Amino acid sequence: MFDTLADRFERLSASLRSRGRLSDADLDGALADVRSALLEADVELTVVRAFLDALRVRLAGQALNQSLTPGQQVIKAVHEQLIEVLGGSALKVTYASRPPTVIVLAGLQGAGKTTAAAKLALWFKQQGRQPYLVAADLQRPAAVQQLRVLGSQAGVDVFSDASTPVDVARRGVAEAARIGRDVVIIDTAGRLTVDRELMDEVRAISDATSPHYTFLVIDAATGQDAVVTARSFHDTLALSGIVVSKLDYDARGGAVLSARGVVGCPVVFASTGEKLGDFDLFHPDRMASRILGMGDALSLIEQAERTMDADVVAASAGRLMDGSFTLDDFLAQLNQVRKMGSLGGLMRLMPGVTKEMRSAASNVDDRELNKIEAIIRSMTARERREPAIIDGSRRSRIARGSGTTVNAVNQLLKQFGEMRKMMRQMGGANPTMPPQMGKFAALAARRGADSLPAGFEALGAGMRAAPAPKGKKKKGGRVTPPKQR
Amino acid sequence: MIVAIAIVAALLVVGIVALVIARRRRARSLAPASDQPPLPQVLVTEVVERPTLDEAPSLGTRIGATRGVFERIRSMSATGALGVDELAIVEEVLLRSDVGVATTASILDGLRRDGAGDGVAPTLRRALRACLVDERSVRDRAEPGRVAVWLFVGVNGVGKTTTIGKLAHREIAAGRSVVLAAGDTFRAAAAEQLGQWAERSGAELVRVGEGADPGAVIHDAIGRAAARGADLVLADTAGRRSNSTNLLEELAKVRRVADRGPGQVVETFMVLDATTGQNALSQAREFLAAAAVSGIVLTKLDGTARGGIVVAIERELGIPVKFVGVGEGVADLIPFDPDEFVDSLIRA
Ligand SMILES: Nc1nc2c(ncn2[C@@H]2O[C@H](COP(=O)(O)OP(=O)(O)OP(=O)(O)O)[C@@H](O)[C@H]2O)c(=O)[nH]1
Ligand SMILES: [Mg+2]
Repeated sequence: MFDTLADRFERLSASLRSRGRLSDADLDGALADVRSALLEADVELTVVRAFLDALRVRLAGQALNQSLTPGQQVIKAVHEQLIEVLGGSALKVTYASRPPTVIVLAGLQGAGKTTAAAKLALWFKQQGRQPYLVAADLQRPAAVQQLRVLGSQAGVDVFSDASTPVDVARRGVAEAARIGRDVVIIDTAGRLTVDRELMDEVRAISDATSPHYTFLVIDAATGQDAVVTARSFHDTLALSGIVVSKLDYDARGGAVLSARGVVGCPVVFASTGEKLGDFDLFHPDRMASRILGMGDALSLIEQAERTMDADVVAASAGRLMDGSFTLDDFLAQLNQVRKMGSLGGLMRLMPGVTKEMRSAASNVDDRELNKIEAIIRSMTARERREPAIIDGSRRSRIARGSGTTVNAVNQLLKQFGEMRKMMRQMGGANPTMPPQMGKFAALAARRGADSLPAGFEALGAGMRAAPAPKGKKKKGGRVTPPKQR
Repeated sequence: MIVAIAIVAALLVVGIVALVIARRRRARSLAPASDQPPLPQVLVTEVVERPTLDEAPSLGTRIGATRGVFERIRSMSATGALGVDELAIVEEVLLRSDVGVATTASILDGLRRDGAGDGVAPTLRRALRACLVDERSVRDRAEPGRVAVWLFVGVNGVGKTTTIGKLAHREIAAGRSVVLAAGDTFRAAAAEQLGQWAERSGAELVRVGEGADPGAVIHDAIGRAAARGADLVLADTAGRRSNSTNLLEELAKVRRVADRGPGQVVETFMVLDATTGQNALSQAREFLAAAAVSGIVLTKLDGTARGGIVVAIERELGIPVKFVGVGEGVADLIPFDPDEFVDSLIRA
């Protein structure tokens, strides 16, 4: 997400890095670059102007700072300004004292409301709540079925009936109260802000259910119209926040930057991938770091905490550090990692990752992981424990069994060996906390820190170590980029 | 695969860190889950169909706020050389309609160089019109003995399925027989959605279960159409992000399957939501490379969005817009008329 913006800023800081002093001409040039970076990212025009004015003031005020290079000065100022524009801190969800807490989702057609509803439901479930979905989109063909399917994937019940949207919403809330669900999420039909009749209808849904939260769902790829839309919905519904969808689509996310500035309505949740788990609270400070390509380790750790099974991780953590990690362990871990969301999405959160790694990761999909799983599952128990015994004939048997190639099996085994070696090196003396990770963990433990310092050296080093074999492979004559298959 | 393993390893590290942190913190006790109450009874849901327009509306009457933005330009009386203020207004107007930085800059360069001649509005209209391509006919016939296929591609939620519904209606009204291929086997309930459109228009639908191979569905539909002597197959595909090599490769494969044997892909439409900003350009670029997009259907022009990004797409990639979606009704689709489009942007 925000890839383009991040790239532009990266280039900008590289070009400024070499300079000793920031001249007026440098400043003008830098600001012009920031301007077109923001415009290309679909940031609303008035927001762009305000952003540049504020940036100019900040930079002028910083002129005396001796410890930073001009490039760092600009980046630091942009970072601070971004946090300000995106809105201070993340939403703290409060629950109704008399449950259920009612949430209405509204938005244009195709914005991603139905998917967001299911993701939100799963999110609440992971918070220990008992959510309930209400299908009040009776407009789009098969919308109710869609919510049903997604609801069952999330393990959340869906209420629907064939009356009117307002009645469905009202009855859904009543039903939730009756059966003791404490969060109700109402999915409504997509509507245009110029459609008076439908805007009145969503207002009526809101009046009938008195929601505690009303969220507008906006597609991250929306252009300048995002602000027009947000303003109209805000006028009709008094929004409590915006949910950004499809933030993984190379969307530049300007809508996100603009909404708060123009409409005064903060972004509260963001959807960053196709899996139901790719969804989380929106943290302005972390997003600012992410826009500037600094990664977002806190979100990553939280996602791990939320989705991974602590016992499974713990079981193999020890074996991992003393080098007795087996392919069984790897398989178990693989499944844990899969629960966290798509690898591409997770990779974007990882600090210290190069752009190449990031784009390679965004191309790793489920099939890739299925293949790895199939290969391991085609091994005997002993082979999984002692991969060293896997000789040529065993390799071709495994390849046949898993429907892959010997080459793929070789790759997997080699990579597994490298990984084991690397982990052992990181393991060192302390079995529960690899020393290199101490710093990272300390940082992560300091949650709620205002902004992320750019130096995640520890994990950065770990990450650079991880893809190391890719360089070695190249020496062996592989010229194709280390993509999948 | 190497990348995948490296990432899994890295994430495993993260998992362990998270675990350690979690251990150190007091274990929070979650509210005990109460036993699951019985599910509410599910009733059959009928889709409430909105009344649709009988006549296809004209673009000028449906483009909502597009015109308003350009009003400021119309009220500019300058002719000849333009001042900084006037150029700034033109720039603002173009940027606000999502025309984009590069195309706006090139139009401004032209204005700066050549002046406004007979007035800002007519000059700007000419400049915008010059960005658009000339040829935008719709190919609807295959070579003898083959079945014409229209393939629909695009990111999620832009209106692919709806557009197919509308076009099926249109083609059937014109006396042609149409088979719909439910090639979106990924999205929940996508085939049901297309099925409801098939019912509305009287087209035949070919579908298989969710998760099946999209190429196979389209292949079946083409076989069915050929056997029946149908004129046209409209093939839906799953919405997909345009920055994933795998998903684009899959799409390229689907197109190859559709363009084989009795099937001949005569149009590949990229469906584009008019609210989309600058990302539309990269969408168009990627889909063009993967699926040889031959035309764009610009949807949701009945809202406040201006759809100005198509000016940039036509200028930079030469992909013509062929149809415009102006509502959710079956008749809310009209052929794209570039003069009308540009006029409706500038005329008050
Ligand atoms: N107002 C308006 N709404 C439209 C138009 N075209 C489509 N829609 C609506 O946009 C929403 C998404 O349309 P779909 O046809 O499901 O989009 P899709 O591209 O097939 O979506 P996926 O299959 O999920 O990728 C639906 O609610 C449609 O009714 C249009 O021209 N105007
Ligand atoms: Mg569809």
